[in-house]
Amino acid sequence: MESAQNELSVVLRGLRKSFGDQTVLNGIDLTVAPGETLAVLGRSGSGKSVLLKLIIGLQKPDAGSIRIHGREITELAFGKLNQVRKKVGFLFQDGALYDSLTLEENVAFPLRRHNRMPAAEQKNRARDLLTQVGMEQTRDMRKLPSQISGGMKKRVGLARALVMDPDIMLLDEPTSGLDPITAGEIEELILRLQETHRMASILVTHDLHGAQTVSNRVSLLHEGAILAEGTFEELHRSKEPFVSKFLRGDA
Amino acid sequence: MNEPMKFDPIIVLILVAATVATGVPLNGGLRGQLTATGNVVASFFEWFGELGVFCWRLVRATLTPPYEGRELIRQLDEVGSKSFLLVALAGSATGVVLSLETTDSLSRFGAKSLLPAVVVFSILRESGPIITGLIVSGRVGAGIGAELGSMRVTEQIDAMEASAVNPFKFLVATRVLACILMLPLLTLVADFFGILMGWITSTLTEPISLRLFVDSGFKNVTFNDFIPSTLKTAVFGMVIGVIACFQGMRTTGGTAGVGRAATSSVVLSSLFVILADVLLVRLILMFFP
Repeated sequence: MESAQNELSVVLRGLRKSFGDQTVLNGIDLTVAPGETLAVLGRSGSGKSVLLKLIIGLQKPDAGSIRIHGREITELAFGKLNQVRKKVGFLFQDGALYDSLTLEENVAFPLRRHNRMPAAEQKNRARDLLTQVGMEQTRDMRKLPSQISGGMKKRVGLARALVMDPDIMLLDEPTSGLDPITAGEIEELILRLQETHRMASILVTHDLHGAQTVSNRVSLLHEGAILAEGTFEELHRSKEPFVSKFLRGDA
Repeated sequence: MNEPMKFDPIIVLILVAATVATGVPLNGGLRGQLTATGNVVASFFEWFGELGVFCWRLVRATLTPPYEGRELIRQLDEVGSKSFLLVALAGSATGVVLSLETTDSLSRFGAKSLLPAVVVFSILRESGPIITGLIVSGRVGAGIGAELGSMRVTEQIDAMEASAVNPFKFLVATRVLACILMLPLLTLVADFFGILMGWITSTLTEPISLRLFVDSGFKNVTFNDFIPSTLKTAVFGMVIGVIACFQGMRTTGGTAGVGRAATSSVVLSSLFVILADVLLVRLILMFFP
């Protein structure tokens, strides 16, 4: 059992988190296997983003365990935690690109901090990734984040999340705030990147269609707990009133 | 026996700073006022506690390798070179005003020949350093508070942490160090322009050669007049850097929060610069009489 658990990319057990007297997560259990994409669905404010921030150690859980490749990260000191973080990519909701750096520098930023590779090589890798996410023009790569659209920011955010060659990818609302066509393009891009990079991914979203396109498995988060888990077909068969309500999009 | 209670000016300043730092307005009835007072006291201690933890993390991040040389140079430019003009202007204005005011007062006492010495002493010992401190806390304090604040609310600081980069090392330590290193240099700029404009102002009303002005102004200036008061601005720099970074890093609540962070950075850093000045002037007078 223990060794089987260690082979999984992410294992969450009994995760709890509250802010003041508001309980956001109340005992979450989740597992993600290598190469698998799990979509965590839930209404806005159901604690989905908090869940991702707990996994990468940006926030500390009140109770419970978080294992990444079998390593308990809740007990890790800062330096060891950073070792784990280097193998985890994180796409933030609005891209969270560094305003003062060009797109190219944004993507190369983690490399510049952690890798001893020569500057020219870092630049090449950044350009290569920007091309992969659909930004071919060198002229565009030298733009600042304030000069590009929301969809572009997410693409560049994806490139930056991929630059350290992560084993695990955390995606926070990758399609929110985008028009349906751009959202579709981003979904396609995520699918393509998953094929080429073979990562375990956790995708947090309230966009049903996007989740269905990109993920193998779904967890529905409601009132701080996982209400249902399985493939989309299994969820559609669920007798739970909230599940069918959520899937139908009823008010 | 019945000595009247003495209020130390420093204690008064600390109390004012505390009230501003916590920023909880008193309102409502008596009970409301009591709870509000309780809140002020609680958030005051909370603020200082958090500041203590912040400083500890900052010291650790500053002392442990790797060092962020490139970012430090960028910040030296941001804090130093880009404040040059403003500080030079403020120093010049101080020199002009000092010269005008003291010409008037000194001629009333028939001590007009002391004018160069009064201008030079006043600028070197106090006006130059404090003007620089306050100008930089306005320009740089607001800049750092707003920049780190918006980086916080747009998750850029989270993104940095998520990619295993210590934001204390990269963002905070570099900014605080840049402030510490640049303030004494900027003070020299303010001193230079202050004395120069002091001479120009006085020579316009009553011609005096620059050489004579400088000679008589600096005749009695000693090490103790110049070095300690210039170096004390490194402490101002530390205060400005730490307070502005602290207020910026703890920003919450979207764009409104960024505005609050910028305002409180300026208000608190200028307040604490004045407070530090009171303390440092006392110490300097004690150790470098």
